[in-house]
Amino acid sequence: MLTKRIVPCLDVKEGRVVKGVQFVNLRDAGDPVEMGIFYDEQGADELVFLDISASHEGRETMVDVVEEVAGTLAIPFTVGGGINTLEDMKRILRAGADKVSLNTAAVNRPELIREGADFFGSQCIVVAIDAKWDDELNSWRVYTHGGRNATDWEIIAWTKEIVKQGAGEILLTSMDEDGEKKGFAISLTKTVSEAVSIPVIASGGAGKKEDFYDVFTEGKADAALAASIFHYKETSVAEVKSYLKEKGLEIR
Amino acid sequence: MIGIIDYGMGNLHSVTKALERLGYTPFLSEDHDELSKASMLILPGVGSFKDGMTELKKRGLDTFIQQWAKDNKPLLGICLGMQLLFDESEENGQTEGLKLLPGRVERFKSGNYKVPHMGWNRLVFEKADHPILQEVPLGHVYFVHSYFVKEKTADILVATAEYGGERVPAVVAKGSIWATQFHPEKSSTLGMTMLKNFLDKEGETSDE
Repeated sequence: MLTKRIVPCLDVKEGRVVKGVQFVNLRDAGDPVEMGIFYDEQGADELVFLDISASHEGRETMVDVVEEVAGTLAIPFTVGGGINTLEDMKRILRAGADKVSLNTAAVNRPELIREGADFFGSQCIVVAIDAKWDDELNSWRVYTHGGRNATDWEIIAWTKEIVKQGAGEILLTSMDEDGEKKGFAISLTKTVSEAVSIPVIASGGAGKKEDFYDVFTEGKADAALAASIFHYKETSVAEVKSYLKEKGLEIR
Repeated sequence: MIGIIDYGMGNLHSVTKALERLGYTPFLSEDHDELSKASMLILPGVGSFKDGMTELKKRGLDTFIQQWAKDNKPLLGICLGMQLLFDESEENGQTEGLKLLPGRVERFKSGNYKVPHMGWNRLVFEKADHPILQEVPLGHVYFVHSYFVKEKTADILVATAEYGGERVPAVVAKGSIWATQFHPEKSSTLGMTMLKNFLDKEGETSDE
């Protein structure tokens, strides 16, 4: 049986981690490599690096970061943000990332998922979905551009489309819960998990260790991603994992 | 000297880097004359079995690896590199493998579980006293694969994992040939210890 995965997420801008972990024993909390090692030692099962650079130069720097992280880290990691073409995917995966995460670019042109999956295998292609409840749809609506732009896609229709195109995993962020720290979006996560045959990483809303238990059991998530709760030491990866183990979940 | 067999299949970067972290300086080559200078070889790889065999044959590496095994020199197969060591695979019809280990590579049957088998799974030790498991605690390792080995003889099984109702060979060994279905270079401390256990054999063999 596969374990439930705990996935810290690091925002990287121009090659530096922003919102760094507040730990005194880190030489440089802004260094993606240092942070990666720190979370690996904590027992993180995987890492996500989200490139939030606005500039072209920043994106170039990300390739160097990926190479360095790949040379140091002995756990899998995903890189997202600013990946718009097959060429972008090649650059990041060849630099040593295990997976790339597509978001806006996949909505703009779903065939991009297929191109990546054909070239590297589905296991390398994560599709990130930002979703928000919509009364008019009576379901969740898919958003792009970091949640700024609404699309015509209803969540289940979109997840079926990306699975058809060869996506290997879904990184599902609930915009209703994100940053609220009141727990993951259980209903959304469960709906998506039950609709697709690929793993779902729940994201957004983690505020305490119990939230992880809920999203794995009720929400049926395969993995859970969190950023600030770990960065700001509200809990630690190790603490969350030992709690989940105690509760009887399969955890590494 | 440690040679990594570069036959155009997937990302060799992470394996190379993992070895460097352990203090070794491996070299990558697709040329069997170069590779024959190594004291131990690693056969990594991701992708399809058929492509893997085609790429090996194109470079004359199939017979080279078979001779290497016959000479009882150390070889570590990883992921696809492990599967290629077996008799045959049902991937894309029937494809013959290197036939160094007895068994057949089959696809996970569809069922109430996800394929690929991707993520961290718990090892079951079948031969706890095998040198690759030295100082390796029971724990989880990182898998990514859609096909798995159906071994012909259980005596090659060093460790297994349970998935989809199947007993999946995770570490296999026969003489100087060792192989892992999972990615030791992505399996944190536990995987790195196994890599180190393999590399530690270098001292024992370099005098030959």
